[in-house]
Amino acid sequence: MATIIKPYGDTLDDGKVQFSFSLPVGEGPKAREAARLLVESWGFRDCEVVHSQAMSEDFTFFVAYAKAGSGIDFDAVVADDAREGESMSMDEVDAFIRAELGRKIVVVGACTGFDAHTVGIDAIMNMKGFNHHYGLERYAMIEAHNLGAQVSNERLAEYAAKVRADAILVSQVVTQKDVHIANMTQLVELLEARGERPRYVLVAGGPRLSNKLAVELGYDVGFGRGAYANDVATWVVKRLVEKAQAR
Amino acid sequence: MREKLGLPREKIEGARALAERISRPILGFVEKHTTVTVERATLRLAGCDGADRDGVPVPNIVVDQLGAAGKLEGGALSWYANALLREGLRPSELDAKIAAGLRIGELPLGEAGAVRRKGEELARAGLDRVATNRAKRDAMLERWKGRNNDPLLYLIVATGNIYEDVKQAKAAASRGADVIAVIRTTAQSLLDYVPFGATVEGFGGTFATQENFRIMRAALDEVSEREGRYIRLTNYASGLCMPEIAAMGALERLDMMLNDSMYGILFRDINPYRTFVDQNFSRMINAAAGIIINTGEDNYLTTSDAVEKAYTVLASQFLNERLAIAAGLQPWQMGLGHAFEMDPTLKDGFLLELSQAQMAREIFPEHPLKYMPPTKFMSGDIFKGLAMDTLFNFVSKATGQGIHLLGMLTEAIHTPFMMDRHIAVDNAKYVMDNIASLADEIEFRKDGIIVKRAHEVLDRTLAFLEEVEKKGLIDSIAEGLFADVKRPRDGGKGLDGLVEKGEGYWNPVEELLEARLGLGRREASAVGVFGVAGSSGGASKVSGAAKGGL
Repeated sequence: MATIIKPYGDTLDDGKVQFSFSLPVGEGPKAREAARLLVESWGFRDCEVVHSQAMSEDFTFFVAYAKAGSGIDFDAVVADDAREGESMSMDEVDAFIRAELGRKIVVVGACTGFDAHTVGIDAIMNMKGFNHHYGLERYAMIEAHNLGAQVSNERLAEYAAKVRADAILVSQVVTQKDVHIANMTQLVELLEARGERPRYVLVAGGPRLSNKLAVELGYDVGFGRGAYANDVATWVVKRLVEKAQAR
Repeated sequence: MREKLGLPREKIEGARALAERISRPILGFVEKHTTVTVERATLRLAGCDGADRDGVPVPNIVVDQLGAAGKLEGGALSWYANALLREGLRPSELDAKIAAGLRIGELPLGEAGAVRRKGEELARAGLDRVATNRAKRDAMLERWKGRNNDPLLYLIVATGNIYEDVKQAKAAASRGADVIAVIRTTAQSLLDYVPFGATVEGFGGTFATQENFRIMRAALDEVSEREGRYIRLTNYASGLCMPEIAAMGALERLDMMLNDSMYGILFRDINPYRTFVDQNFSRMINAAAGIIINTGEDNYLTTSDAVEKAYTVLASQFLNERLAIAAGLQPWQMGLGHAFEMDPTLKDGFLLELSQAQMAREIFPEHPLKYMPPTKFMSGDIFKGLAMDTLFNFVSKATGQGIHLLGMLTEAIHTPFMMDRHIAVDNAKYVMDNIASLADEIEFRKDGIIVKRAHEVLDRTLAFLEEVEKKGLIDSIAEGLFADVKRPRDGGKGLDGLVEKGEGYWNPVEELLEARLGLGRREASAVGVFGVAGSSGGASKVSGAAKGGL
């Protein structure tokens, strides 16, 4: 049975949505009417432009409300998220590694290519972690190597081989003009050429990455916005156990 | 400004004295060395420009050829001046011939006196152009005095396309921005050259090129005229080409430069020796150009905790100040950095932010402090983000900061949309107008959280600087004392571009800068202490210096 849901403003199924956007025209009655008609042309009904303000001579900022024309069948939705249920905490991950693998695991992480943003890889790996989720460096059973940003794929591959990594984490923050796709693909090709791809659990992460994209590009998994170190660690250690059992 | 924290004068002066002692050996090393980009910046200020068919800049062609021939230790400009004389050409004509294959390092050197006169003439012409730009800016600032916001509202554009940047910058300026920064394309900091000409392709930013500087400055002059308010232009004299970017900015009348003494080492993994030499020359150029530098202490707090590591920010401010003084910068040119980066879930976090901002203000009273907005704890929740930016705006006005980088509610999501900037300007103006006189009205409890916090940070800073003095700055960096990153003295990018100055090293641009900035030649006492002896060329001997006490 279908469960159709719609945005909720203050009454079930009122469909209320708030908008803010700008148009490249000067402010005035014509601009406001254009904004209203534009929102309705997207399938929304009863649009009210509640605020319009000139940002410069030829740009106007709008805030508007309207009712969504359609809903969605919630039961038919499938999420693309690597996390299956609750992730383990740091202590649980450490205990799991001790019990199931019986040795420390080695994780190498880097923000690769020309991407200079360490924020993602640091959030996952740095001792302090992010938002009260400690990073992998703090895990007793994980030997974590954070290579930082602007690391070439070649260097990452060599480093991972040198420290006998179990998992490689690749962070990509800049996705302008799809630069991350070429870069991420190159690493997979490089590891395959070196005959080392099967050795590693290969993990991609970034605010605009999806699990689906990562898997398509040849990674084992991809983590997007909102993933913390323990989410990544949980997934990696479970996969390592699966790999060990398959052998 | 009214002092509210009761910070002991002798502790502040003690920290300054420590910074002076810590930087002394660094400056001794700087004095004895040049780098490929210092030489290229020198050539650029003397009029050398252009690129060959493959886009290799002419200053790079010249410096690479001289370096390969072991001739860089004498300075590049004598070869350039010699070639001009010998060929009877103007700089632009010579540049074209170099681009076409002329190797000026292979031309026989003419009479030394004539070469020197030519070099001095070129240096004077370049620095006169810089002085003219400075006078032009001063005249505009005088003409529109009192029309800018206080603090200056600083906005970033970052489309990748200079012509698109121009549109966004003009809109931002007419909305009320006082400063426009054109953020650079990702990884430009690691290029050991500066691209040539106007550019329309970039990732996460736009290439810094001299032509792009010129295009944006012309556009902002137009808006300044229309708005009756001088709009300042900012770029990044950081990375592997610090002095060259500074030179281009000076030639095209930029007004501010991101220009930190250690940022490249810590956050871009550029070799420490290379960075210290480069930052000094870049800062001398900025000093002469009347450019306000912005230092990068905010970056410390993106990798380390803002509560725990507040003292590293203050310590770095003292070091940045000292190295800026050594390069001839005046306090009004030192936009020392700090940031509003505390975890928003922290109880009384706002009080700590207020305390630290007030502390920076009182310790550096004449400096136009550069205050950076929250970034680390910004999420996709734009409503929470706007609330955090509002508190940031409040602290900035309530503590009299000088340069206010506007926070974007979409900080963690995308490069700012035009409407994001609009909302940011509106928010800042609302808060700052509403509390315009608050700073003068409030005082803090002598035994309260705010006062105690400032004293505690100052005390920890003193202890930290004492530790750095004991270890030496280079070893302190190698051990990860700053920003929790370890940068060994012989590691990092760009070390092969460091060259020990030979006996006959000659750089008339440097000499004229020193003369105009009133900088005496530094003491030569560093030679024996740091094992920097002899005059063998190339980078190999750097490791010799690296083994010394520095």
